[in-house]
Amino acid sequence: MSQLRPSDVVVIGAGVVGAACAHFAARAGLSVTVLDRGPVAGGTTGAGEGNLLVSDKGPGPELALALLSLRLWAELAERRDDFEYEPKGGLIVARTEAEAAAMAATAAAQRACEVTAHTVDAARLPDYEPHLSRAVVAGTHYPQDAQVQPALAAASMLRADGVRLHTGVSVTGFLRGPDERVVGVRTSHGDLAAGAVVNAAGTWSGEVAALAGIALPILPRRGFVLVTEPLPPIVRHKVYAAAYAGDVASDEADLASSAVVEGTPSGTVLIGASRERVGFDPSFSVPVLRRLAAQAIELFPVLAGASVLRAYRGFRPYCPDHLPVVGPDPRAPGLLHACGHEGAGVGLAPATGLLIARTLTGERPDVDLAPFAPTRFAEVAA
Amino acid sequence: MTDETDPAPLDRSGDAGFHLTVDGRRIPVEPGQTVGAAMLAAGIRSWRTTRFAGKPRGLFCGIGVCFDCLVTVDGTPSLRACLVTARPDDEVTTT
Amino acid sequence: MSDETGRGIGHDSGRDTLHDLVVVGAGLAGLAAAVTAAGFGLRVAVLDANARAGGQYHRHRVDRPPAWAPLARLHTVEHLAEHRVWAVERGDDHFTAHAVAGERDGVAVTVRGRRLLLATGAYDRQLPFPGWDLPGVFTAGGAQALLKGNGVAPGRRAVVAGTGPFLLPVAVGLADAGVRVLAVVEASRPTPRAVALAPHSPARVVEAAGYAAALARRRIPYYTGRAVIAAHADGGALGSVTVARLDADWWVRPGTERELACDTLAVGYGFTPHLELAGQLGCASTPDGFVAVDTRQATDLPGLYAAGESTGIGGAQLSEVEGELAAYAIAGRTPPKALPRRRARLTRFAVGLRALYPIRSAWPSWSDEDTLICRCEEVPRGRIADAARHGADDVRSIKLLTRAGMGWCQGRMCAEATACVLSDVLGRPIAAPAPTRPIAVPIRLGDLAQGAS
Repeated sequence: MSQLRPSDVVVIGAGVVGAACAHFAARAGLSVTVLDRGPVAGGTTGAGEGNLLVSDKGPGPELALALLSLRLWAELAERRDDFEYEPKGGLIVARTEAEAAAMAATAAAQRACEVTAHTVDAARLPDYEPHLSRAVVAGTHYPQDAQVQPALAAASMLRADGVRLHTGVSVTGFLRGPDERVVGVRTSHGDLAAGAVVNAAGTWSGEVAALAGIALPILPRRGFVLVTEPLPPIVRHKVYAAAYAGDVASDEADLASSAVVEGTPSGTVLIGASRERVGFDPSFSVPVLRRLAAQAIELFPVLAGASVLRAYRGFRPYCPDHLPVVGPDPRAPGLLHACGHEGAGVGLAPATGLLIARTLTGERPDVDLAPFAPTRFAEVAA
Repeated sequence: MTDETDPAPLDRSGDAGFHLTVDGRRIPVEPGQTVGAAMLAAGIRSWRTTRFAGKPRGLFCGIGVCFDCLVTVDGTPSLRACLVTARPDDEVTTT
Repeated sequence: MSDETGRGIGHDSGRDTLHDLVVVGAGLAGLAAAVTAAGFGLRVAVLDANARAGGQYHRHRVDRPPAWAPLARLHTVEHLAEHRVWAVERGDDHFTAHAVAGERDGVAVTVRGRRLLLATGAYDRQLPFPGWDLPGVFTAGGAQALLKGNGVAPGRRAVVAGTGPFLLPVAVGLADAGVRVLAVVEASRPTPRAVALAPHSPARVVEAAGYAAALARRRIPYYTGRAVIAAHADGGALGSVTVARLDADWWVRPGTERELACDTLAVGYGFTPHLELAGQLGCASTPDGFVAVDTRQATDLPGLYAAGESTGIGGAQLSEVEGELAAYAIAGRTPPKALPRRRARLTRFAVGLRALYPIRSAWPSWSDEDTLICRCEEVPRGRIADAARHGADDVRSIKLLTRAGMGWCQGRMCAEATACVLSDVLGRPIAAPAPTRPIAVPIRLGDLAQGAS
């Protein structure tokens, strides 16, 4: 391994969020070193579907972040051709009139916030998704929703000039200067001085923050994804049940699961999405896999005959209020956080990276960081 | 699409034998043979092309591990020809 | 119960029955264990993906079962043929095996047992070379399965290549089926003296010598220190292979290449164990990547046993002995003293034999940038090398960045080769990770959804 060299910025974590922070900081002229104890995209990024969604977000700070991110992803995809970017659009479907009414109300509120949402009645649904179950009563089409292959996207962003990547390096502590300022990191491969350190360790960000004596309430929320055999195009959009947005926001510890189905450029169909709070339990649950399969077939009956080749598991990093933590931490000057994006890390990564870069260069962020402040949990913890 | 050569040389006992069809062509089968073995015995060495390069594929591992020999039998796609026991009048379709 | 074709009774079996023992795999180890345990009065279910019991070694045509005692006692166990086990789970006091019955029309089957024995076996390891994806190239085990299970010869003019003693019965089997076997091409150099020095089990040495004589009788040349380094197409299928001499590290000796016209190549470089189910349960493994068991064939998980090739490549006799030993342990009986002694002797021999046929490091030099490593996703060596140069330095990262190992076979054919190519590019050893496949074999979504709540 090449020598660790002092840099303007050290980013902890080579997932998609860390990659985006490194990328935009480097583009702002800073020298960046990215450290990861594992490989690139070895954590939640590599276990994600790569969703870039506005459809599942109601008006609020996360939606603002998502809209900025969507623009940045499109721009990144134009600059670089080394990752799959598919602006395929999302389709939310309702199976009851009550679901349809709730879906319509959400769409109306989103339209007031730069989100394009087209109501699709049952008769026109086959034009969008020919294989969709006829039991669906209504849909909403979100043309802004898109998808990237997350591992390729992370690797692509890390290839920017000015970014040095060291995998297999664990951060074991922080170097503190006068006034307890963070001036670098201790690692398994020696100390590394830096002007600032960004904690982008995803689901493990709480552990990293603890090394600086700081509490960050980031916990894992387990999810499974089923992957089918390569198929001819069956599913055109990201299609999901209206109940999904409710699952995302739910605070249930128990299993929440609703169908999320989408095709990929390689022909496989990805099927999610389950959410369980079971800590870092690595086991696979047969009942959850069965339920995901049943829910996908409910939306697309034709999938019953398709083979599932594999399943994978990830741990989404979530905060109690389901918002990420982005920005400088006044409890440890010199340390910034970019973590806690739950299941939206890929979607929110570029905006997070840009906002971190703006903060590092002393510019005004494009989105107000207050809702994402690392200290907002203080009273909860107290 | 199938790619054919001369039939393999073993004797065909044929007493209890039956036939299946491959894209409409009748080939003989001995009881207990897999669809893949029957096709190979009829000189059919490949029956699938790969998704990207369009290369021909047929039997490789022969024991259900490699999935090279996928075939459609009686309308059911993605079956491993090396594992599926042939039945009388099976209709095999290749791509 | 099984009828004469060995076909299991299928899905009405045992959803609510708690068996004393569930065995996965009806090969040498699994079936020996099953019928031995049944002989002790245990209620045993055996799930197997094949249509007929016997595994790879005793694979047979439908009306021609080999004279192997456990096969004759198949009726003493519940034999669930054509049952693909895709997941196993461990409960408080029992194990659950989730299977799909029937290759064509899947039926979800759940079988529960107080004890679980994994006897999942192994398959031929492959070292990719240019043209290994041509029709007419078979794994050595695949060529043998065609002969033994179907009475079908894979072609007319064959070359048998790779490394290990298994190449010999494959060559003899092909020749006896009327195939003209042009050569057995053995990459290692197991000199007769080295074979003679292999520890213990004179029987196996005699067996090896017997195959040597059998090859000679059939006028099949046996070349050592050589390999098939390329296969060439004639039309859409195999037309010839290039055989070359290797040095001690398996670099090709320049100028030694020669072409042999053939329509069939049977190739295998030892064996890779099936470890998916063991991996799902998370039991301990040995440093060289097999399921770790004690002298009773017990794993480190209470109630979980393993036997046969998935605990170490040791051949037919050892597999059967291990199966019997497992049955004694599971039934709580003391085995006759000869049995553990026999296993110890066979194990020493297997270790000695494996040492004669190691895979050497330079084999990736046989391939070029365009040679496929991952057959399913058609990922060539050059793309893997590119990803490695961009910082992907483990097999999982290579998979995420190139799709190598993401296809139908889920890396069974390519994971070890990918690790070797990575090692070659990076100049340091990279190990293939233990497989983590929560869905051990592909299953139709509709079959998976059966029983969903």
